[in-house]
Amino acid sequence: MKTAILKYNAGNTQSVLFALERLGAEAVVTDDPEVLQSADKVIFPGVGEASTAMAYLRERKLDEVLRNLQQPVLGICLGMQLLCRHSEENDTPCIGVFDLEVKKFQSPGGNLLKIPQIGWNNITGLHSVIFEHVPQNAYMYFVHSYYAELGPDTTAIANYVINYSAALQKDNFYAVQFHPEKSADAGQSLIESFLKL
Amino acid sequence: MLTKRIIPCLDIKDGRTVKGINFENIRDAGDPVELGALYAAQGADELVFLDITATNERRKTLHELVTQIAKHINIPFTVGGGIAAVEDVSVLLSAGADKVSVNTAAYRNPQLLNDLSKEFGSQCIVLAIDTRFEDGDWFVYLNGGRVKTDTRTEDWAREAVERGAGEILLTSMNNDGTKQGFALDITGRLSRNLNVPVIASGGAGTMEHFADVFEKAGADAALAASIFHYKEMEIPDLKNYLYQRGVQIRF
Repeated sequence: MKTAILKYNAGNTQSVLFALERLGAEAVVTDDPEVLQSADKVIFPGVGEASTAMAYLRERKLDEVLRNLQQPVLGICLGMQLLCRHSEENDTPCIGVFDLEVKKFQSPGGNLLKIPQIGWNNITGLHSVIFEHVPQNAYMYFVHSYYAELGPDTTAIANYVINYSAALQKDNFYAVQFHPEKSADAGQSLIESFLKL
Repeated sequence: MLTKRIIPCLDIKDGRTVKGINFENIRDAGDPVELGALYAAQGADELVFLDITATNERRKTLHELVTQIAKHINIPFTVGGGIAAVEDVSVLLSAGADKVSVNTAAYRNPQLLNDLSKEFGSQCIVLAIDTRFEDGDWFVYLNGGRVKTDTRTEDWAREAVERGAGEILLTSMNNDGTKQGFALDITGRLSRNLNVPVIASGGAGTMEHFADVFEKAGADAALAASIFHYKEMEIPDLKNYLYQRGVQIRF
């Protein structure tokens, strides 16, 4: 069983690779379309800025490759946001697997809001097979300034000023806003469940 | 809800932790990976590794160490100490560090903060400030507290955030090592006036000190070293205490 981790200009690929190694999973970091298409699972990680990342993916037609993958795909953080329709971050059209808008956190009524949200937050309303061994209200590690709205594909909710999508699922596409690779045991069991799909 | 974070800090010299006693569950308190993993298992929310090596071999050993930490530890960690250039950061992040902290080099060359945040994003750039209260205000100190400046801590912190620092790690030299509690006033001033998280450091002695810095000063995270390394306080007990007090904490 082989997992491909997408290599691009906005990835914390090393951390994701190490997390898979801790679970004894075989993984490669690649931007080769053929390797991505033939992998059993694909992970689309991300730490960075949306427009630069999308430009990079488009230039290499990797946006098309990702959209058409048939095997289980897991988008993480920016990876999740890029799987949505559009991001407010530099007005960026994204890949569009999830029909959702990605917006920037706004401080309510003039109160100071710390952006990005950095730290551990709990997730609720879990209903996806990747949460099979993750308890309701589990804490996950988040680092982000933009969030995906709630929608029919939402499979977990987090709250930072407002409720937003902590996780999404549609067909073979799974996505999480937090970093399971940095979320201690809870994150590890999520990755384990994904690898077992 | 977003929780307050408890962050043990490990001082590293030549790839080994400097302080620390042997815990029952680890073989070698000098091994940063083993000690870090123990803290992670006990419920630490993040780790900070501060490299105090002064030799030319520093960069190579630090790079190797960061790779080992990233391989074995499943919570976020920050690496600091002597970071002065974009290339230093690039090497550490690609080895698996989640964040880097900069201090004196950023003060001497503030453009470094703009460059780092543009290249890697603010979320991974922590500005560390050593501060001391004297003559009625808090001032910035450099070079591990050896060099005084005339800059007010609040002014430097505000400028640093404008330039792209994503978090402030504030160490009060007046409080550090005293075990009399964190510097609540300056921590509170920064925490209330900056739109980035503030990590309080220096002075932790009791569990109540942690509750105070979260509740009274509004700190987003609290960092401590000796009380954890010398087992004067255990992280699960601290978190349990904070939970009972009603502080938002991760279990």
